[in-house]
Amino acid sequence: MDINWFDADYLPWLILFFPLLSFLIIVLFTSRSRTLSHIVALSGIVIAWVLSLIEFVKVVWASDVELGREVFGSTIDWLTLGTATFRMGVLVDPLTAYMLLMVPLTCLLIFIYSLGYMRDDPHNTRFFAFISLFAGAMLTLVLADNLLMLFVGWEVMGLCSYLLIGFWFHKKSAMQAGVKAFMTTRVADVLMLVGIGYLFIEAGTLNFRDILYNEEMLHHLSDPELSPAVLFGGSVAAVVGILLVIGTIGKSSQFPLHVWLPDAMEGPTPVSAMIHAATMVSAGVYMLVRMFPLLSAGADFHHGDFSAPMVMMGLVGGFTALFAAVLAVGQNDIKRILAYSTVSQLGYMVAALGIGAWVAAAFHLINHAFFKALLFMASGVVIHAMEHGEHHAHEHGHPHEEVPEPDGLVMDYVAPPNDVRRMGGLLDRIPVTAITMAIGGLSLAGFPLITAGFWSKDEIIAEAWHGTGEGFPLALFVLVMLVLAALLTAFYTARMWFLTFWGAPRSAAARYAGLGSLRNWWANTRWGKARRLETEPVRREDEVAARQMEFPLIVLAFFAVFAGFIGVHTDFPLLGALDNPLHEFLSGTLLEHPPVFDLDGLPVLLSIVIALGGLGLGWWVYGRRPLAEGAVDPTERALGAGVWRALQNRFYIDLLYRRYLVQPAEWFATHIVIQAIDKETIDGVLETIAETFIWLGEAFKRFNTVVIDGVGDGIPRAIGDFAAWFRQVQTGRIQQYLLFVTLGLLAIGTLFLLQVR
Amino acid sequence: MVITFSGVLTGILLVPVLGAVVILLLPKEQKDAARIIAAVTTGVVLLLALGVFFGYDVNAANAAAEQGEVYFAFEDHVKWIESVGISWHLGVDGIAAPMVLLTALAGFTGVLISWGIEDRTREFMAFFLLLVAGVFGVFVAVDLFVLFFFYELAIFPMYFLIVIWGWAKTREYAAMKLTLYILVGSVVALVGLLVLYFKAGAATGTGDYSFDFRALHAAAQAGVFDQPFADWTGVSTARLWFPAIFIGFGVLAGVWPFHNWSPDGHVAAPTAVSMIHAGVLMKLGAFAALRVGVQLLPDGARAHLPWIIFLTLINVVYGALIAMRQRDFKYVIGFSSVSHMGLVSMGFATMNVTGMTGAGLQMFSHGVMTALFFACVGMVYDRAHTRDIPSLGGFVQKLPLVAVAFIVGGFVSMGMPGLSGFVAEFPIFVGLWHGPVTEPIATWPTDSFNYYGAIAIVAALGIIITAAYVLRVVGQVFFGEFDEERFPAVSRITVYDKIALGILIFWLVLLGVYPKVMAPMIESGVKPIVSMLGG
Repeated sequence: MDINWFDADYLPWLILFFPLLSFLIIVLFTSRSRTLSHIVALSGIVIAWVLSLIEFVKVVWASDVELGREVFGSTIDWLTLGTATFRMGVLVDPLTAYMLLMVPLTCLLIFIYSLGYMRDDPHNTRFFAFISLFAGAMLTLVLADNLLMLFVGWEVMGLCSYLLIGFWFHKKSAMQAGVKAFMTTRVADVLMLVGIGYLFIEAGTLNFRDILYNEEMLHHLSDPELSPAVLFGGSVAAVVGILLVIGTIGKSSQFPLHVWLPDAMEGPTPVSAMIHAATMVSAGVYMLVRMFPLLSAGADFHHGDFSAPMVMMGLVGGFTALFAAVLAVGQNDIKRILAYSTVSQLGYMVAALGIGAWVAAAFHLINHAFFKALLFMASGVVIHAMEHGEHHAHEHGHPHEEVPEPDGLVMDYVAPPNDVRRMGGLLDRIPVTAITMAIGGLSLAGFPLITAGFWSKDEIIAEAWHGTGEGFPLALFVLVMLVLAALLTAFYTARMWFLTFWGAPRSAAARYAGLGSLRNWWANTRWGKARRLETEPVRREDEVAARQMEFPLIVLAFFAVFAGFIGVHTDFPLLGALDNPLHEFLSGTLLEHPPVFDLDGLPVLLSIVIALGGLGLGWWVYGRRPLAEGAVDPTERALGAGVWRALQNRFYIDLLYRRYLVQPAEWFATHIVIQAIDKETIDGVLETIAETFIWLGEAFKRFNTVVIDGVGDGIPRAIGDFAAWFRQVQTGRIQQYLLFVTLGLLAIGTLFLLQVR
Repeated sequence: MVITFSGVLTGILLVPVLGAVVILLLPKEQKDAARIIAAVTTGVVLLLALGVFFGYDVNAANAAAEQGEVYFAFEDHVKWIESVGISWHLGVDGIAAPMVLLTALAGFTGVLISWGIEDRTREFMAFFLLLVAGVFGVFVAVDLFVLFFFYELAIFPMYFLIVIWGWAKTREYAAMKLTLYILVGSVVALVGLLVLYFKAGAATGTGDYSFDFRALHAAAQAGVFDQPFADWTGVSTARLWFPAIFIGFGVLAGVWPFHNWSPDGHVAAPTAVSMIHAGVLMKLGAFAALRVGVQLLPDGARAHLPWIIFLTLINVVYGALIAMRQRDFKYVIGFSSVSHMGLVSMGFATMNVTGMTGAGLQMFSHGVMTALFFACVGMVYDRAHTRDIPSLGGFVQKLPLVAVAFIVGGFVSMGMPGLSGFVAEFPIFVGLWHGPVTEPIATWPTDSFNYYGAIAIVAALGIIITAAYVLRVVGQVFFGEFDEERFPAVSRITVYDKIALGILIFWLVLLGVYPKVMAPMIESGVKPIVSMLGG
């Protein structure tokens, strides 16, 4: 076979190949050398990034001509079984190209960040091997041209998340969190796999183009008459769609399977950034975006006829968006605030798909990945700075605050360096992080006009508004939930930022927090001199590590602002001149172009008002008068202790699962299956059979001794007895013998006489 | 009288026997010599098996299947006891060839892992080689008398291996339980086999009785077994005797509720024997049930497999649930075998090419995986001297390679893509959705709703539970804090152990990434069976 690997059709294979190769090389050969492993991991992802850019440019260039109908890709037969052929292949269409813009770049930045962040970790090389595998799996998923290969990437990512969340495996809580993440997503994955199997049987293929770009196929699958789904009723498309949505509920951490994501914070922070932005959770939404034609098959959703999977997405996504935003307000762990914010933002995307806002969902997916990666990595710097401060505070003679670490996962436990209550005033200590995190936070909160988050969120809300105007109840539900969630998002973002960076330090650790780096420069500026900041000696390798961590933040801050302008509505004043290239570009992925609604001023105004309102409220509560050391959080005061504790305990949902799902399953296994069935019934039946046979044997033994032996032994014994008795005849006395003879003769004589007569 | 003779399969059978004899002739003290001879013997066998595996001509098999012929590669056919129609007839089809490779892999790695056995090494190795020979015999037999002969022959060294070298606490009980279960099952199956023998022989009209698979298969194709069994019953031979043969052999495959010999047996056996035991011996049952049961009595299969699949479903979920709650490390793996063998039988019961090929792949995948599992358990137990899961922990620090191997095995067992488990389980599930190629004969409950789809969904539950128990064991045994005081001297694993683990992991990954190495072969063996079933 003649393969030109630089041909756009084969290039995608190489994109996913290099990170996987890095994983293998590190595991098999270089695991003893840190430097080598770093080089291998970084080159793998850099190559993937460069190739992705080339591929992206080619797609953009091609789609000018064909608007994305021309896709790149190639397929090989992987496994043929009878009539069933499973194929593996890659495909690059506009949607994939858009993902390729984000995934390798974010991964690369996370890798660079990890160089600094994981510098002192003894298992550094293992870490780089795993994140290489993670990146490779995500690229496999994004580039896959069929559901089976997508599922391969999907599952390998689940494996990586297990390995990385539990990276510090000697910590019991980390291990439990890893298992929790894996098991929770696994439940959903298996159902998804069942759906994939069913789709394969009904459609005969799993290829995206063959199913999603094929009107006849979609029609066939969605018509309950043509292909009635067994088991549930409804069409095949609906059943498969629901199973796929369940897969995403697990992977993208939607209610009610959201429980694993907040605990995934047990892993190192770059892993959190990886899971929350570039890979894992984005994969779930990406799959729904990808499968949207199937999910919406047969439903005329522009006119209020939503298919069952869409209704499910709208309800689950809308509810999750608000629910997680509420929980985010009540967290004190900086990473946990961000974790709930991720859950909430993913809810936005899922809800957007539920009401048919396909482009908006993809748009928000990418923007969210940029600013959430930024926020997580910034929070990692904060945590490092706090740990550093803890250390320094100790050196300066401050007593070490000893908080006993719990054994295993505890819902409301906050590790001291992560605790926003103990921070404050970090703006002066880690200024670059503070500023970039502010940019990321503003993007998350949807600060009007200049941030990427605003444009994508606004588009979702605008579509929900449009649907509500048409009188669709689902759109109304989504609109209400998302608007409320957006308000809370702006509020908790402001709370997090002000608690962390504003005001005066609230603990010794915060007072001495720092990373070195640009801080000295900052202290020497006029602003710093005015505040009488002191410089501190910085070691060279600390300096390097700090740069390695700050550089990705700056790059991502750029994207958190500018990634949004490609999707501005064409009618928008001034910025509309950019011509909304995203919509046209992505539309080529779908069979039918999604409509562009007329620009409506009201939802834009609404978006602006809620974002500014939430941020303003946050400033009012936390910025105007910063929280003092030892003071009670104003939100806690406002909500009351009971509600606050419920928030900290995540509404006790985890507890509920443990008590009503896990424990009964274990009880069932122990008491019913092992005791009642296996031990008592099966082994019991066997024992009964054995006992019966033993009893039978005993009975036969008795029979044998009494009857058979009785007869067998009895006859000789009887003979013996008779002989013993008869022996008495032989007395040895002559007179007696004569008597016997006489008696004998008499008897014979009598017989003889009788005979003669 | 020699009809055909390629000698490879006879060689595979005789080399271990020869090795056993040589070992027994050695003086008692020469333990190393015994080990080396055993390793060389199994090594030679492994090479022969690789020859069989890679030399198997898939195209010829497919061509023969098109013609409706029975195809065997590497045939050795020598007339033996002509008066009763027994011949020394060996050969492999697409299902048996991977099994031969599996046996050779488990045998070779088993010897490597038993390197440290000091107690009566000579006898151990000799018995072990005999066991391997016995297992080979079943897989390569074409004459069903030969099959049966080796089936029984495999049990006898097994008994001694467990009773003498097993875990002192339960070995006598377990060996007895195992032997009795398997003997009873095989007697039932033997009676069924004799019925087929007499029916087929009588139908020839010439009194030409034969145990040869080809002859019996020809009779099956001619519909001899579809005739009423006797004057007093209208039920055909196939339908009457299928359950006896399938379940009689199925006992060895651990079909519920006849599975309980297996976990006890696995646990009591020494490591290498557990590897053969769970890795290969259980496949004998499934293999024989397929060869004698489904292949000769397709009509019986169509009538009975729809309810037997329900038993296999119980196997899958039930074994996994029990494994989840075991405290003994080795019992977890023992019950996991019960669960996974359920998937094998389930795959056979789908009665279509996809599902049955998946079952064949699962036989190989599970065999290698469980051998790996037992090897890991043995290595941990040899050093910790306990298998109580809660009191272990942190072993990844002391035995990193063992931990990696166990985790790989664990992910195979939960069907992680990229490893062999997924390649095996996914076709089984697809096959389940597909359902049998022809309408199953038993109408209830298969026509009231999607019976096979429901089975697929419930069986998926078993995979979730599998993930739970694997992660639990990994977490508690390998991760967490290591107790230096309790386990003061944990030695590193030997180079022999490393080679063994490496070989096993290699095959799991190879099959997962590149299933084409085995799938077409199994498929070529499955096709004729499915066409007999009406597909």
